Amino acid sequence: MTRPRQPRFLARQNYRRRRLIDAARLLPVVGLVLILVPILWQPAHTPEPDTARGGIYLFAVWVVLIVAALLLARVLGPDEAERPGTAEDDGEAG
Amino acid sequence: MGRRVLLIEDEPHIAEAIRFLLTRDGWTVASHGDGSDAMDVIRREVPDVLVLDVKLPGRSGYDILGELRADPTLAALPVLVLSARSRQEDRDMAAEIGASHFMTKPFGNAEIVAALRQMAQT
Amino acid sequence: MVPFNILVAVCLAYVCLLFLVAFAAERRAERGRGGWLRSPIVYTLSLSIYCTAWTFYGAVGYAARSGLEFLTIYLGPTLVLIGWWVLLRKLVRIGRSQRVTSIADLISSRYGKSNLIGVIVTVIAVVAATPYIALQLQSVTLSFGVFASGTPEGWALPDQGATALWVAGGLTLFTILFGTRNLDADERHHGVVMAIALEAVVKLVALVAVGIFVVWGVADGWADVAARTRASPIADWPLQPGRWIGLTFVSAAAILTLPRMFQVMVVENSDERHLATASWAFPLYLMLMSLFVVPIAVVGLSTLPEGANPDLFVLTLPLAEGQGKLAMLAFLGGFSSATSMVIVAAIALATMVSNHVVTPLWLSLREGGARAPGDVRGLVLMSRRVSIAAILALGYIYYSLSGGSAALASIGLIAFVGVAQILPAMLGGIFWRGATGVGAAVGLTTGFLVWLYSLYLPSFGPDGLLSAELVATGPWGIGWLRPRALFGVDGLDPLLHALFWSLSLNAGSFIAVSLVTFPGPVERMQGLAFVNAFDHDPGARGWSRGGAEAEDLLIMAQGILGAEEAQGFFQSEAEAQGKAGFLPDTTPDFIEKLERRLAGAVGAATAHAMIAQFAVGAAVSAQDLMAVASEAQQILEYSTQLEAKSEELARTARQLQEANEKLKDLSVQKDAFLSQISHELRTPMTSIRAFSEILGDPDLPAEMQKKYASVIHDETIRLTRLLDDLLDLSVLENRKVQLNVKVANLHDLIGRAVQAASSTRAQRSFAIHRDMPSEHIPVITDADRLVQVFINLVSNARKYCDADRPELTISARRRGGRIIVDFVDNGSGIPKEAQRLIFEKFARLTDTAQAGGAGLGLAICREIMANLGGTIAYLPGQGGAAFRVSVPVRLEAQLEPEAAE
Repeated sequence: MTRPRQPRFLARQNYRRRRLIDAARLLPVVGLVLILVPILWQPAHTPEPDTARGGIYLFAVWVVLIVAALLLARVLGPDEAERPGTAEDDGEAG
Repeated sequence: MGRRVLLIEDEPHIAEAIRFLLTRDGWTVASHGDGSDAMDVIRREVPDVLVLDVKLPGRSGYDILGELRADPTLAALPVLVLSARSRQEDRDMAAEIGASHFMTKPFGNAEIVAALRQMAQT
Repeated sequence: MVPFNILVAVCLAYVCLLFLVAFAAERRAERGRGGWLRSPIVYTLSLSIYCTAWTFYGAVGYAARSGLEFLTIYLGPTLVLIGWWVLLRKLVRIGRSQRVTSIADLISSRYGKSNLIGVIVTVIAVVAATPYIALQLQSVTLSFGVFASGTPEGWALPDQGATALWVAGGLTLFTILFGTRNLDADERHHGVVMAIALEAVVKLVALVAVGIFVVWGVADGWADVAARTRASPIADWPLQPGRWIGLTFVSAAAILTLPRMFQVMVVENSDERHLATASWAFPLYLMLMSLFVVPIAVVGLSTLPEGANPDLFVLTLPLAEGQGKLAMLAFLGGFSSATSMVIVAAIALATMVSNHVVTPLWLSLREGGARAPGDVRGLVLMSRRVSIAAILALGYIYYSLSGGSAALASIGLIAFVGVAQILPAMLGGIFWRGATGVGAAVGLTTGFLVWLYSLYLPSFGPDGLLSAELVATGPWGIGWLRPRALFGVDGLDPLLHALFWSLSLNAGSFIAVSLVTFPGPVERMQGLAFVNAFDHDPGARGWSRGGAEAEDLLIMAQGILGAEEAQGFFQSEAEAQGKAGFLPDTTPDFIEKLERRLAGAVGAATAHAMIAQFAVGAAVSAQDLMAVASEAQQILEYSTQLEAKSEELARTARQLQEANEKLKDLSVQKDAFLSQISHELRTPMTSIRAFSEILGDPDLPAEMQKKYASVIHDETIRLTRLLDDLLDLSVLENRKVQLNVKVANLHDLIGRAVQAASSTRAQRSFAIHRDMPSEHIPVITDADRLVQVFINLVSNARKYCDADRPELTISARRRGGRIIVDFVDNGSGIPKEAQRLIFEKFARLTDTAQAGGAGLGLAICREIMANLGGTIAYLPGQGGAAFRVSVPVRLEAQLEPEAAE
């Protein structure tokens, strides 16, 4: 029986979840900063203007944000109501 | 002897049977089959003993008994209550209201005659 | 080159497909098989109405003109979506718990269910959306034009107006058909959402297909595209930091405040968890949509002739390369983008117009308000249909007035800034409890006016609504009021200028006025419910018990939700309270739920106003509650969980109590019944015992012996009859009776009954009137049982009819599938208070001697009739005692086992 150990495990899982929620809150801020980076490239009239590279940078940021959101959504997706110790979460969160 | 009994009973056959039994035992029997004017009948000619059925048309036997016990001139009248119910609660209730004797239908002939004799003596 | 006619045919076929998909989805949803209709993927795809024709065609043009700046339009929403946990989750939760029907409803509901604020938001939304809808019509018309003329410039379609009119008409029809079919309390449109999801796939596939063709078909892979980019004029795009930040912000705001986005994101959301999927899937969709924009722009600029409209590269590039089918796909993609946007925008706006303008107006004009009976539901549906048509008509008028001018191209961003005016009131509403309705109204109005003045009106061009002189020198020559240089801030990009001033004045006045005004009780409660959406699930309570009669509320709710749905809702609420029937107790909880349910149909403000007419004294109780809430805020929050538990307990207790009362009733009934049986059995037994003992006396005279023996005999028969009756009754009550169903003539049955009953009080003369010809009705039933009922009724009449010359009239007739037989005598009838009782067991009205039965006759009759699928009832007001027997002409259920045997 794993019963006696469960409270400690749950608390740990809750802690993990709360940190993930922090990450979810932070993600748009990080995204905003990354998206605003091109402003620092001013002046745009560099000797060799490179729109292609700028595009690649922005798309790369985009992909990173999507992947990060995907990972967070998979962990945070299940509603709060179902939180206490669903079996599938144990593997991922623990 | 001239002991008078008044029978308040709505079932004609039962009344007839009791009348036969008591007449044979030497009683003078009067009978009445309705509850609503039973008090008038009792007051008009107060008997030595009253046989009172509980379930009467017009007015319940218990109700009549209650009024009777509240009347000082009738409070001491011996009353035999006849009931179709036999549970202890029913007996207790009859005693509470002031029945001198309680008898469940169907009754033995000797039983009712003996009860009435005893009630008339006391 | 694709012939124009084929294009039109393909277009029509595509629209038919959309119809079919929408119709099939509605059907599935109706049958309760939501299934994948409500999957997170469909939800995500429905969000794609963010990408309108403006982005489908316009993004390429945008990129050709301003380089990577177009990306901000997609990066802003991406930030909002990946930050779903903070904002969208709360919006969706509030939308669901408050049954919000539109963004105007959300704002109005938050600020004390104020209809004024609803109207302001509605006006902003309609004003901002009209040119946007016109833009969609224009893009469809333009793309038709490309095919019609064959020239890449695409301005040559002879009758553009007609095309736009057809498109507008078709969209109106589609939107009305699937957007206003029902007035669901949850305001979801499965058909529309499904069709939009399909369109989302079509436009993505189309754009990606064109992109792949361009990158690998026209150009020579990514490297070539990169090289061409460096060589193209857009290589040197000037990133303006102000615009970069401003556009990212305004597009992020737009995805929250565009009425159509709110519609699909919040109103149509069926499951909060879908947001989690959309949080990454929608940014992915946006990224795929913009992936090929720059390549298409670059390749178009380098291959197509100078002066070609870059807004149409998506179409003209494949056409120029001779790829007719690809161009057709691209055309369908653009068509999808335009139509899906227009459909959802029209639904969202029509909901707002009907809920915040038409219905309240109508209710206030009508005498008696919501209390007067009437079909509010029909009114709401009709007003929505008219609103949809009106909104599309506005879009069309705008389009034809502006003559498809190039000024429309910038209207997308102008509309974004317009709807962004809702943002301060929205964010303030869900995160700041101090935000007040007055503040919101002032902020919204200020922002709206500044936007109108500084951006919207000047956008019509120098000869538009504002004269060139006014724009240049300001009204009456007041320099600091120049629309493009408010307060002397000159040299700013007009869009940024308007965005900055409108939003800062909006937010500033909103906050300032909120700080100095005091919210009303309803507003404070709604504020609490919104800001603490995750803590306070049930929301705030506003209604006290009393005043509201469940029946009145039901009548009103039926007018809005429709009879069936309203009754269903009331019944389930009554059930939840542990009560049977349709009328629950009008607890504050119930009224709150009802209000939200109604809000789902007519909006929060209207629903509140309607309920307010019934639940008097609401304001007082709300105040009381608020006093508690503000003083003991933390206690309130803490006790929410306890409250939920104690509510559960109270409900269980109530159910237990009711069950207990039922049991008590049953037990009292059973006691009474047993006592009755006991009495009825003991009475004949008493006589039998007494007389049989008497008969034991050998001295008894012979005639007495004979007499007493006959008494015993009579009493035995009485006893037997009683037992028979009881047995009969018990079999009938358990529905275990074997019915002998056969065809009979009603006339014969009545005849048998009259004959059999003739022995009752045979000595008395008794007249029976019958109308013989009308009695000849065939009946398939258990004839003997029916005769038993008739005998009982006839002999009762013979027994109890107290007229000097007793008469009984028997009349029979057929009504539909039933036969009605009335037995009416001319006696004094049955007193009103006794009529209820006569069919009960042992309900004997006269004394035993006269009745000669145990009082089971009518009880048995009732049970027999129930077994025969009919009824027996006392018919009051007929002069004498009157009974009506109603029996089905054909006893259905019992025939089959009979036939099988």
